Amino acid sequence: MLDRHQFLEKRALVLTVAILVVVAIGGVVEIAPLFYLESTIEKVKGVRPYSPLELAGRNIYIREGCYVCHSQMIRPLRDEVERYGHYSLAAESMYDHPFQWGSKRSGPDLARVGGKYSDAWHQQHMINPRSVVPESIMPPYAYLNNADLSYDDAQAWLVANRRVGVPYTDEMIEKAVADIRTQLDPFADDFDGFMERYPKAQVRDFDGDPRRVTEMDALIAYLQILGTMVDFSTYEPEENYR
Amino acid sequence: MAGDSPKDPNPPIAPAWAKGRGDDGATVIAVGLLLLGLWAIFTAARAVDGGMQAHAYVFFIAALAGGFALAGQVQKRTPLDQATYEMGVVKAGVAASVFWGIAGFLVGVVIAAQLAFPSLLYFENIPATSFGRLRPLHTSAVIFAFGGNVLLATSFYVVQRTCRARLWGGLAPWFVFWGYNLFIVVAATGYLMGITQSKEYAEPEWYADLWLTIVWVVYLLVFLGTILKRKEPHIYVANWFYLAFIVTIAMLHIVNNLAMPVSFFGSKSYPLFAGVQDALTQWWYGHNAVGFFLTAGFLAIMYYFIPKKAERPVYSYRLSIIHFWALIFIYIWAGPHHLHYTALPEWAQTLGMTFSIMLWMPSWGGMINGLMTLSGAWDKLRTDPVLRMMVVSVAFYGMSTFEGPLMSVRAVNSLSHYTDWTIGHVHSGALGWVGYVSFGALYCLTPWLWKRQELYSKQLVEWHFWISTLGILLYITSMWVSGIMQGLMWRAYNEFGFLEYSFVETVEAMHPYYIIRMVGGLLFLVGALIMAYNLWRTARGDVRTSEFAGEARGALAAAE
Repeated sequence: MLDRHQFLEKRALVLTVAILVVVAIGGVVEIAPLFYLESTIEKVKGVRPYSPLELAGRNIYIREGCYVCHSQMIRPLRDEVERYGHYSLAAESMYDHPFQWGSKRSGPDLARVGGKYSDAWHQQHMINPRSVVPESIMPPYAYLNNADLSYDDAQAWLVANRRVGVPYTDEMIEKAVADIRTQLDPFADDFDGFMERYPKAQVRDFDGDPRRVTEMDALIAYLQILGTMVDFSTYEPEENYR
Repeated sequence: MAGDSPKDPNPPIAPAWAKGRGDDGATVIAVGLLLLGLWAIFTAARAVDGGMQAHAYVFFIAALAGGFALAGQVQKRTPLDQATYEMGVVKAGVAASVFWGIAGFLVGVVIAAQLAFPSLLYFENIPATSFGRLRPLHTSAVIFAFGGNVLLATSFYVVQRTCRARLWGGLAPWFVFWGYNLFIVVAATGYLMGITQSKEYAEPEWYADLWLTIVWVVYLLVFLGTILKRKEPHIYVANWFYLAFIVTIAMLHIVNNLAMPVSFFGSKSYPLFAGVQDALTQWWYGHNAVGFFLTAGFLAIMYYFIPKKAERPVYSYRLSIIHFWALIFIYIWAGPHHLHYTALPEWAQTLGMTFSIMLWMPSWGGMINGLMTLSGAWDKLRTDPVLRMMVVSVAFYGMSTFEGPLMSVRAVNSLSHYTDWTIGHVHSGALGWVGYVSFGALYCLTPWLWKRQELYSKQLVEWHFWISTLGILLYITSMWVSGIMQGLMWRAYNEFGFLEYSFVETVEAMHPYYIIRMVGGLLFLVGALIMAYNLWRTARGDVRTSEFAGEARGALAAAE
C-alpha cells in the first residue's frame, strides 16, 4: 500500500493538489456551519452596531493592542461569572469586525467593564495606571488625553462596516460625523434622534474637557458600552438554547 | 540523499519551460517593480493617514532600490549559469535570519522586562514603546522574520540539493527574498505606528497582506518549478513538508485576511468576518501558523539536516509517509481548542479537542523518525555540539507536542487558558524546537555556503548550547509556575464562599516569575549573540587556533 506513495513522490503537481485537498477538509467542516447555525447567528435584543464615537474608541483599542492583555470573553465558569458578570453570548460580538475575544489575561477581562468604573477613574487609570492600582503592570496611555480624535472619515468607517455586514442605516452614515459630537454633549440638538439610532448609548463628555474631542473621549465611550447592551434581567437563555 | 529512496535510472525530468527564460525573468520583475513604484507614489500623494503615507514611501524606495539592483544585474549581460546552484540567495537568507533573530529576541527581552518592571520601561508619551505595540513586533519578528528567513534559506538550499537542480525562475528567488523582507519591514514599522488589524500573528493590514500574497505565490512557483526540473526521480521527504508549508500558509493567509479597506489610500480596514466566525477563522489560522509555519517547515529542516549531519539515512521511510499525511490532515482541525468555553458551539470545541489529542501521534511519529535517525551515531552527540543542538530540538518538539494535546483537553484548558502556561508552552516549542533546529541549520549552512572546513569555534557552540538551554529551562519552568498559580488563584474561594483573590492580587503574585522569565530570555539572547559572532568569523574564514591546538593535544593523549 505504501509503495503506491511513489506515485505522488514522482509528480509534484499531483502532490501539491493532494496536499491542498487534505488540508482544506478540516477548516471547511468546522467553519462553514458557523455561518448558518442558529446558535451562532441568532440575534439578541439590545445588541446594536457601535455608535461612531464608540467605533472610534474601538479603533484606538485595536491600534494600541489592548487585546494582547485583555480578553472580552467571559466563560461560563462559576468564578468568572462571579468576577466579571454573565457569560458572553455569541450575539454580543456579532458586529465586532474583528472579534476582540483575546487569548491572554495579563489584565482582567473587559467584556462587561462598561459602567463598572467612572469616566474619571478610567481617565486617571489610562494616564497612569499605577496611580489608581499600585500593583498594575499596564502601560500608561497619557498621550490619548492630549491627542485630538481624527474623525473626518467617520462616514467611511461606517460604510466599510456596512459592506461587511453591519446594519448601519443611510441615516446613521449620513450623520456619522455629527453623531460623534452629539454623543459628547447631552444638550445637543439631535440628542433624541441619536438615542433612537443608538439605544443605551452613554451621552456626556468623557474626558472632562468639553472643548476638545480627544482619543480619550472615544476610548472611554467604547469601554463604557462594553457588555451593557443586553439586559440580562429579561434575557432567557433557554429561548436561545438549541 | 536518503538511503530510503530507491535508485531509479530515469532521465532528468525537465520540461522546456522550466529551464529558465532568456533574460532570467528580468523583464517580468522590471514591470512588476514599475507597477509597484507607480502605485506607491500615487498612494503617497493621496494617503489619508500618516502611516499609509510612510509605508507608501517605503514601498517606493524599495521599488527604486530593486530597479537599480536589477539594472546592475542586466548590465553584466551574463545569464545565470544553469549548471551551478543559486547559493547567493541562501547566503542572504542566513544573514537575514541571524539579524532578525537577534532583533526579535531583543524585543522579547524588552517586553518581558516591561512586565517585570512596569514603572521603569514604559514611556507615557511615546506610544511606540507600549507593550501592546511591541508584543506583535516581538511575535512577528521571531516567527515571520527569523523563522521565515530560516525557512526561505533552508528551503532554497534543500530543494536544490535534493533535486540536483538550480532554483527555477532566474532572478525570482531574489525577488522572493527581498519581497518577503520588505513585508517584514512594513509589518514591523506598522505595529510601532499602531497599524494593526488585531488578529494575532496576522496583524499586518490589507496592503501588506496583498504584497505578501504576491511574494508567496512567486515563492510557490520557484519551489515547484525547481521540483519540476529535478534530476532525481523522487521528491525527497523534506520537500513534501516544505510544499505543505508553502501551500497551506497561502490558504490560511488569504482566508484569514479577507478585509474591507476603509479607503484604498488609508491603512485601516475591517475584516470580512465578525464575532464567532471571525474567532474561529482566526484560530484556524493561528493554530496552523504553528502547525505549518513552525512545524511542517521546520520538520523539513529536520529531515534534511539531521541525516546529513549524523551521516545516517532517515530512520523510517514508511513512518515519514504516515506521519506526513496524518500531521497535515489532523493539524487543520485543532484550531477550536483556543476557544474552549467561549461562545463557539460546543461540538466545534469538542472536534478541536479530539483532533488535538489525535495530533499527538503524528507529532511523535516525526520526533521518533528524527531521533532514531541517530541510530548507530549516538556517540556524535558527545563530540558534535551542532548535532546535539538539533537532537535536543527534536526532544523539545516531542515535549511541547505532548504538552499541547494535554492543554487542549477542555478541563485542563479551563485552568491554563488566559494564563502564562500558554506562553510557557509556546516558548518551549519556539525556543526549544524552532530555535534550536534553526540554529543547527545555520551552524551547518554557514561553513557549507562559505566553503569553510569547519566552524570558527566548536567551543562557542558549546557555550551557546548550554547558556540558551539554561535560559529555556528558566523560561518554561517560571511560566509553568506562574500560569498554574494564577489559574488556581482566579478560581480560589475562601471559607465564606467568596472569591479569595482580587484580579490585581494575582498580578502581583506573578512578579518574581516575570523576573525569572526575563533572565531566561536574556540568556537565550546571549546565546544567539555568541552564535552570530561564531557564524560571522566562520564566514570570514577564521579558525580559532587555540581549539585546534587543544584538539591536537587531545588526540595525542588518546593515542597514549
